[in-house]
Amino acid sequence: MYDLVIIGAGVIGAMIANELSKYDISIALLEKMNDVAMGTTKANSALVHGGFDAKTGTLKAKLNVEGTDMMGDICAKLNVPFKRKGALVVAFTDAEKDTLKVLYDRGIANGAKGLSIIEKEELKKLEKNISDDALAALYCESAGIVCPYELTIASTENACVNGTEFIRNCEVLSIEDKGDNYLLKTTAGEFETKYIINAAGNFADNVANMLGDDSIKLVARKGEYYLLDKTVGDIVSHTIFQCPNEMGKGILITPTVDGNILIGPTALDVEDKDDITTTPQGLKKIIDSVQKSIPSVSTRNAITSFAGVRAHPVNDDFIIDWSSKSDRLLNVAGIESPGLSAAPAIALYVKNILAQKVNLSEKNSYREERPAPVRFRHMNDEERAELIKKNPAYGRIICRCETITEGEIIDAIKAPAGARDMDGVKRRTRAGMGRCQSGFCGSKVVEILARELGLPMNEITKFGGDSKIIYERTK
Amino acid sequence: MLTYDLVVVGGGPAGMAAALKAHENGIEKIIVLERAQTLGGILEQCIHTGFGLHYFGEELSGPEYAGRFIDLIKNTNVTIKTDTMVLDIAEDNTVTAVNNEDGLLKIETKAVVLAMGCRERPRGALSIAGSRCSGIMTAGTAQKYVNIDGYMPGHEVVILGSGDIGLIMARRMTLEGAKVKMVCELMPYSGGLQRNIVQCLEDFNIPLKLSTTVVETYGKERLEGVKIAKVDEKLQPIPGTEEYVPCDTLMLSVGLIPENELSKNAGIGLDMITNGPIVDEYRQTQHKGVFACGNVLQVHDLVDYVTEESQIAGLGAAKYIKGELSDADKISTKGTNGVRYIVPQKINCNTDTDVKLYFRVGAVFKDAKLVVEADGQEIISKKKRKLAPGEMEYVIIKKDVLNNLPADSVINVRVEA
Amino acid sequence: MTKRELTCIACPIGCQITVSLDDNGEVLDVTGNTCKRGDAYARSECTFPTRSLTSTIKLEGGREPVVPVKSSGPIPKGMMFDCMKEINAAFVKAPVKIGDTAIKNILDTGVDIVVTNNAE
Repeated sequence: MYDLVIIGAGVIGAMIANELSKYDISIALLEKMNDVAMGTTKANSALVHGGFDAKTGTLKAKLNVEGTDMMGDICAKLNVPFKRKGALVVAFTDAEKDTLKVLYDRGIANGAKGLSIIEKEELKKLEKNISDDALAALYCESAGIVCPYELTIASTENACVNGTEFIRNCEVLSIEDKGDNYLLKTTAGEFETKYIINAAGNFADNVANMLGDDSIKLVARKGEYYLLDKTVGDIVSHTIFQCPNEMGKGILITPTVDGNILIGPTALDVEDKDDITTTPQGLKKIIDSVQKSIPSVSTRNAITSFAGVRAHPVNDDFIIDWSSKSDRLLNVAGIESPGLSAAPAIALYVKNILAQKVNLSEKNSYREERPAPVRFRHMNDEERAELIKKNPAYGRIICRCETITEGEIIDAIKAPAGARDMDGVKRRTRAGMGRCQSGFCGSKVVEILARELGLPMNEITKFGGDSKIIYERTK
Repeated sequence: MLTYDLVVVGGGPAGMAAALKAHENGIEKIIVLERAQTLGGILEQCIHTGFGLHYFGEELSGPEYAGRFIDLIKNTNVTIKTDTMVLDIAEDNTVTAVNNEDGLLKIETKAVVLAMGCRERPRGALSIAGSRCSGIMTAGTAQKYVNIDGYMPGHEVVILGSGDIGLIMARRMTLEGAKVKMVCELMPYSGGLQRNIVQCLEDFNIPLKLSTTVVETYGKERLEGVKIAKVDEKLQPIPGTEEYVPCDTLMLSVGLIPENELSKNAGIGLDMITNGPIVDEYRQTQHKGVFACGNVLQVHDLVDYVTEESQIAGLGAAKYIKGELSDADKISTKGTNGVRYIVPQKINCNTDTDVKLYFRVGAVFKDAKLVVEADGQEIISKKKRKLAPGEMEYVIIKKDVLNNLPADSVINVRVEA
Repeated sequence: MTKRELTCIACPIGCQITVSLDDNGEVLDVTGNTCKRGDAYARSECTFPTRSLTSTIKLEGGREPVVPVKSSGPIPKGMMFDCMKEINAAFVKAPVKIGDTAIKNILDTGVDIVVTNNAE
């Protein structure tokens, strides 16, 4: 019996788990996939928004500004890279210049910080590659970039160290309300809990439905992206938006915390919530659109493309409240952009709601700081020499594109809620993330995973399920 | 700090040949740094035969070809460190490397030979739409799984790209019991050797679909199929020609890229076409004392030529260390009209040797003429029955001719159709 | 009389060769080739085609699970898959070195299967 089950280990579920693991309650974090951050969290724009976009007075607007404020501090504690690079919304017509003013005023009303409108010359100074057609821009200095899955991995890891149980490959199939507690039937067995937090992302409506709550109306909206090589990592130094439209913030171009360039997303409503396929049309649209802002962008430097599905709430605002149908079910749904920015504030907000019904007393033993993982590539020669002396596994480079050592890969596997598959290793260490896209290191990573997990090589997958890498022995 | 005369980065066929040649020419302290656990480089997984016809006059498998050089080098006093990765080459040529026995190695050296080889172009560079499932891999990765690790990477295979590795893997997978459905090639001609098309595809009735590409992949977890389409002259998919092919594996053999991250970080000038360093006739880069050879310099079709080129670099490095290498004004070479590039790009005008210019053409030519001009004057003209992008070509320019050219001359190689 | 079209593999030029055969499969005429090697290739390809075979064989007690092998000479083209069956059923014991015989006189072809890499 748990006090609390959190369904879904995306950035929202994980940050809630980390926040609540401060308190003396028992928590299980259930995830239907083989790893955390496998839904919307792994494929989005990785931005911390300034807070001028959401309609004033909405939960989105409030939690965005609060979350963006908290992000620096929480990332420092969890040792997750976060950079306040600033953002620019660019206007190409006089009508769009008027839109900038609307956004500026809204930002001020929302409490967003560091806003100003800049003219062409200053814009050109900030971004040397910006199109000559750009007339002006809204500059938001408080905006930043963060790696969403690193934030999720770090939050889960810290929650686990503080007593949360993480259970993977655990898809909730049914929930029975037994009055004082719930019985969850899952693909990983049965769980009993007093309270449930529904952070199931695109599937939050399905989970609520299991308890007769049909109030959550979500539309699956797909966004496709390109990731460009580090060699063009300096093509922009801020996040550059075009003026927003009814489908969202439009196609943007941004540096990532790892020094790559991300461009996207498209916005297409899809039937299948798991439809993370890229399309020829979508990929073409990204390039065509982004060239309006930065004409020199080309697919020549693309190292990969991918797509994510975000849960767009029909009411256009986050849904964070007790269910009207089952009084110990707390829905945290419809968390589309700026959900990542808002995540730390959402976690706190959820804690406060939970505290209405649950007695939350602080633990003495809570570990606030998650130690930084070893990052060989960021070390100087002396640090490297010292590290290898302590553990020779750090002297063996596995991923040559990103300079990732065997030691780091072993750490990623052995960490609390650690990696179980190739993509898990990749997201935790960057092995396979570089320009060869695991061409060289892939088979070595499979070998290390097999050895550390005590499995034959052909049981190692790309991301769980049937995503096998190799089949039977040849002989 | 360790001190050597010559550091060779890479212990594949290029690195070994360069080290051996330098050793033969009296260089005493040589160290070869190899990132894999054994010497031999990519040859270790190329278990098919066809290596060594030019150099040894017999047909060897990859490991056998490598084995001959491994035996030779082990009988010298050349130091070999395997499982060792070079991290940096400094301005003064100091090499920083790392392994799990010595930890961090700093090596002071007079000269460096770059012999890091090349890597395969991955899927991302192609922008194939569809899902991010497993079962999509480069042909080289698949080759390692089958030939070294002993696992089947798939059962129903589509291969994109008819370069030699793709062709070889079509046969290899078929012999191991997989069904290879087709090899698709974007271009209207194959990038592979003719004998591989016959022996790897035709022998097994595997269709080679020219002017065809993969436009989309399907499958949520493991690959379930691909959509292929014909392409037009601009290499764009033609609507209406799409066809769905069920398969669990897509192997990519869509080009090789010299691995020049180290060279770039060291500020060594690269050729935009070859993606390898710009070198002179002894394969010295524009960074003094740093030489380059093998697939890191230009992607070769035959390992025999890698050996030949690496011996030139090894000799060059030896001469440099002994102070015998001239540093004169340079003649430039360039390819035009069908000739994509020339290696070497520079030649010392007082050179002490005949110079073989290697190049590749950009399209298939039949019954064409190869013309070499120095500052506009024709110096060589050769009839060629066939020129194809898949095969490396060369012309030899005599030392006397070179010595009589003024500095800053340009040697131009072109095709007359 | 039948005709067979072949692409010559003797050199990179890849001549298109036409071979005329009589009803007993005897070569009557070779055209399209531009050298003697082409003629020889075409005749052998039409009468008794052979290929060299490369694969891997199970390695027992070694660091790697398999070790590469090749046929010591050309084997009849039609016997490739039969030979693969033999190879797949066999194994060698570590250590082995380049040139060691893995299978003697495979399927009475007079050809051995030999190891092509050293393995411990």
